[in-house]
Amino acid sequence: MKKYLWPSVKLTLLLVVLLGGIYPLFLAGVAKMAPGKGDGVKVMRNGKVVGYENIAQKFSDDKYFQPRPSTVDYNAAGSGGSNKAAANPDYLKTVQERIDTFMVHNPDIKKENIPAELVTASASGLDPHLTPEAAYAQIPRVAKHRGIAADRLKQLVDANTKGPVLGMLGVATVNVLKLNIALDELK
Amino acid sequence: MTTEISGVIATYGITLLLAWPLSRYIVKVFRGERTWSDFMAPLERLFFKISGINPKEEMDWKQHMKALLTINLVWFVYAFFALMFQDKLPLNPDGNPGQSADLAFNTAISFVVNCNLQHYSGETGVTYFTQLFVLAFLQFVSAATGIAALIVVFKAMKEKTTTRLGNFWDIFLKTITRILLPLSIVIALIFIFNGMPASFAGKDTVVTMQGDTINVSRGPVAGFVAIKHLGTNGGGFFGANSAHPLENPNYVTWMTEMVAQVVIPIAMVFALGMFIQRKKFAYVIFGIMTIGMIGLLIPSMQAEIAGNPAIAHMGIQQATGAMEGKEVRFGAAATGYWSTVTTIISTGSVCGWHDSTMPMTGLMQLLGMMLNCLYGGCGVGILNYYIYIIIAVFISGLMVGRTPEFMGHKLEAREVKIAAIITLLSPFLILAGTALSSWVLTHHPDANWAVKPTAWLNNPGYHGFSEMLYEYTSANANNGSGFEGLGDGNVFWNVSTGFVLILGRFLPIIGPVAIAGLMASKKYIPESAGTLKTDSLTFGVMTFAVIVILTALSYFPALALGPIAEYFSL
Repeated sequence: MKKYLWPSVKLTLLLVVLLGGIYPLFLAGVAKMAPGKGDGVKVMRNGKVVGYENIAQKFSDDKYFQPRPSTVDYNAAGSGGSNKAAANPDYLKTVQERIDTFMVHNPDIKKENIPAELVTASASGLDPHLTPEAAYAQIPRVAKHRGIAADRLKQLVDANTKGPVLGMLGVATVNVLKLNIALDELK
Repeated sequence: MTTEISGVIATYGITLLLAWPLSRYIVKVFRGERTWSDFMAPLERLFFKISGINPKEEMDWKQHMKALLTINLVWFVYAFFALMFQDKLPLNPDGNPGQSADLAFNTAISFVVNCNLQHYSGETGVTYFTQLFVLAFLQFVSAATGIAALIVVFKAMKEKTTTRLGNFWDIFLKTITRILLPLSIVIALIFIFNGMPASFAGKDTVVTMQGDTINVSRGPVAGFVAIKHLGTNGGGFFGANSAHPLENPNYVTWMTEMVAQVVIPIAMVFALGMFIQRKKFAYVIFGIMTIGMIGLLIPSMQAEIAGNPAIAHMGIQQATGAMEGKEVRFGAAATGYWSTVTTIISTGSVCGWHDSTMPMTGLMQLLGMMLNCLYGGCGVGILNYYIYIIIAVFISGLMVGRTPEFMGHKLEAREVKIAAIITLLSPFLILAGTALSSWVLTHHPDANWAVKPTAWLNNPGYHGFSEMLYEYTSANANNGSGFEGLGDGNVFWNVSTGFVLILGRFLPIIGPVAIAGLMASKKYIPESAGTLKTDSLTFGVMTFAVIVILTALSYFPALALGPIAEYFSL
């Protein structure tokens, strides 16, 4: 063992410099040319930063589209999910409460059509997206509170929907923050 | 839903398409043939010169293991102290504290052994210094350790009679400079141009549209996530791992992370066939591994797509499947695929929480880690499969009444004993650990630890038991995923899983290398008509049967108490 100790120590030091130092520095340099310059992609509105494109934010008001429930209260200082098991009775009570709340605020939606993602917490607590269906389900509410025709809102959701990769791989998503910004700009 | 499934199939297809050329390249590197990466040679020579290493000195299997264990010990000591005193070191823009001794012990071991159990949260538990200079560094070198051990076994299987099995330092360093580092750079660049952070900027403060003030954790994420997957490590930069929208921003990065974590394990299987010039042998192994993966994958995806039956009872349709603990941009099918892959190949990263998956999926995750050889982690996957091959050869030999032979060498008592010990080790560590934690939970519920045993479990009933079973299974398999509801941030879990991690890592590396080394030093016996054909489909099925029976015998009772009972009660 002794024979290998000094070579181990020296090789470790060299590799720490290469892999822990030079590698990330190089990447940080290249990232200056990338969207967000490697600091995360921000969303601007009237010249002011209002959030990060990929971080969900809270919209409590009924006249906005609302993102998925979060266990970290949409504060990206941390991240995480509920880690509740499928059959946990306390958890199922929470889901039932979310269903009831949703039905109070969205009386036009039939219970069976409530999108599952709106009554379950996301994995990161920061999920910035909804499926188009979950956005559609909120249209009658938003339309009523804003006095905008439902058709126009559907067009707006569709315009803010990103289809699957190449049209065939993965999921169609709507970025809630961007959708709400576009919503405020509707005249 | 169809586009979700086509996304999964395409991702697996891309993995195979890339694994093939990668395997040819890997073989060239370790045969010492010319490759495009020869421009790294001067750097390697410089490193060897400064370190006082002669990379041409041939080692036998014992010298290989001594070198491997020595450098791993150095890493552990370095990581342990760096984590404990990280608050006094630079690059700590968020002012995070140092880790306690037991947490630093667990974290250091966990990253040295390629597990990445993470009893801390990335946003608050480590600094940029320890993320990069300790954790990302260990993600590189621990993957290279596994591959270096496997290459020794390759060399031993290839030669007729020899004790000269190459030089550990040479194989180890080349794994980093020729394979892991270049590929990581390519992968990280894909991430960066998809909006993943890569700078050293600390937490940002933002006032949201409705006027809330929030913080956004950031950091040098892209490079970390690249090696985290390529090296089948799995430790997340953020607490939410690859479910975090800054650690996995869109479906393209999802596919990239998914391909990155499986491509080396699959390429190593193909490389095995080319290296020892028995391609059929490798194809049979690949076939068995793939069948095993599909067997775990289909029930998982099915259960996740179908959704939570308890929520269906409330009258919700769940068109998008079981969405608790999942992200919309990946969906239920893709998260099911990820959960299977990450458990069979020992990555342990997650894009959705395993604790909230359906009982059937949880069962498949546990089985994936208990088998731990379907493709398996970088290098170590095939080492685990190798042990099963030895057992299968031995049993086949008993059945036909001949002294068993493998790769032209007699398989005798010593080798079989080693294989038997390694086979028994996993169930012992997993079941003894789970029994111990269950005992503490029931007999000392108020023990005065950071998290009292009464508060350990995040879910009642069968699933609570599964949380403990999962933790030890993950530690033994060096996987690193968890049923993360478990309150594991205290001295009991840090220390007990720490020891399971060490034993579950190094014995299953030393065992196969010892067997291969011992066999290679024996007299070579040419194949005859009576030799057991290990490259036949029949032998493949035999190995598969050995794996299934051993796993069922070892774990069925524990699984019946956990996910199986939960499945039938839901």
